[in-house]
Amino acid sequence: MSFINYAAREINCKLVYYGPGLCGKTTNLQQIYARIEPAARGKLISLSTEAERTLFFDFLPLDLGTIRGFKTRFHLYTVPGQVFYDASRKLILKGADGVVFVADSQIERMESNLESWENLEGNLNEQGQTLKALPHVIQYNKRDLPNVVAVDEMQAALNEHSAPWFEACATRGVGVFETLKASAKLVLTDLKKKMGG
Amino acid sequence: METSAGDLILFAREEQRLVALLERLCQEAKAHAAFLIDRNGRLIAGSGRAADLDTTSLASLAAGGMAATGGMAQLVGERGFTGLVLEGDRSHLYLAIVTDGLILVVHFDRTSSVGLVRFRVKGASDEIGRAFAAMAEQSPARADAGPTELQAQFAQITDEDIENLLSI
Repeated sequence: MSFINYAAREINCKLVYYGPGLCGKTTNLQQIYARIEPAARGKLISLSTEAERTLFFDFLPLDLGTIRGFKTRFHLYTVPGQVFYDASRKLILKGADGVVFVADSQIERMESNLESWENLEGNLNEQGQTLKALPHVIQYNKRDLPNVVAVDEMQAALNEHSAPWFEACATRGVGVFETLKASAKLVLTDLKKKMGG
Repeated sequence: METSAGDLILFAREEQRLVALLERLCQEAKAHAAFLIDRNGRLIAGSGRAADLDTTSLASLAAGGMAATGGMAQLVGERGFTGLVLEGDRSHLYLAIVTDGLILVVHFDRTSSVGLVRFRVKGASDEIGRAFAAMAEQSPARADAGPTELQAQFAQITDEDIENLLSI
């Protein structure tokens, strides 16, 4: 659900990073925060446990520039990946204009990826939405590790709506901005369509 | 105004009306700042010394807090909790649900009191609710830029514009 402030000429969109625990959602936001020019970003807020696991959400506001006189702002959120935080995930997912699904490429995490993917679809359905209709991008993270699943296999298992996808190593910033850019593009194109453009 | 897709569009006249309501709330409640956010944590309008605060971050956290509070309410068999007081050493926050999708946040200190803020917020919430209802009714006949003009502006956006925007 976008918010257009015509008086201030601002477009505000919400992008949610979703995925299983420890897949690298927070790392994506930390890399964006570290690499984007300070004038284009607000504070990175992390509500995490003492063990630095996301408890509620991470939040990073970004100013992506001006389009036809409208300042374009994206609010980036991560959800807590751990299975038992489903109530928090539902709250954060509400009103999302787009989703980045971060998958962990390690073979032993494939089951968690599938479980999180199904959880995403289920939570969207509860809110009267479907993943098919919601702009989304998949990021296959941790491609630098030795025990990864082939991308073709991950695509077949996860990418049921042929969404744009990217390989990444978020800890080094690889694929992070490509993912963000593709997601923002999908969200803005979708907004344009919804506005009758 | 809300579109059929649930997107919220705020026009100049509406923003002025909301800011005027929030200004009055600040004065009557002796508060530092008052701002209105949506349930997704986006700032809609602010007044008082809101500009001195990081309202973007506060809006996100306030919406998260109210959402969590709503979840707790359901767990104890309540439809929802309408207000939340956060007490600090020097200043406090009062968060209140205005309507289904809107939250009012008031920042105040010992020159005011929870009772006064809560009382004034009650009146302001009703007025904001009425203002939003009126906005929804008046939307086809607005004097400032309307949906048609906005739609025309969106229609002009090209793929290249979006590509250029994202030179990140």
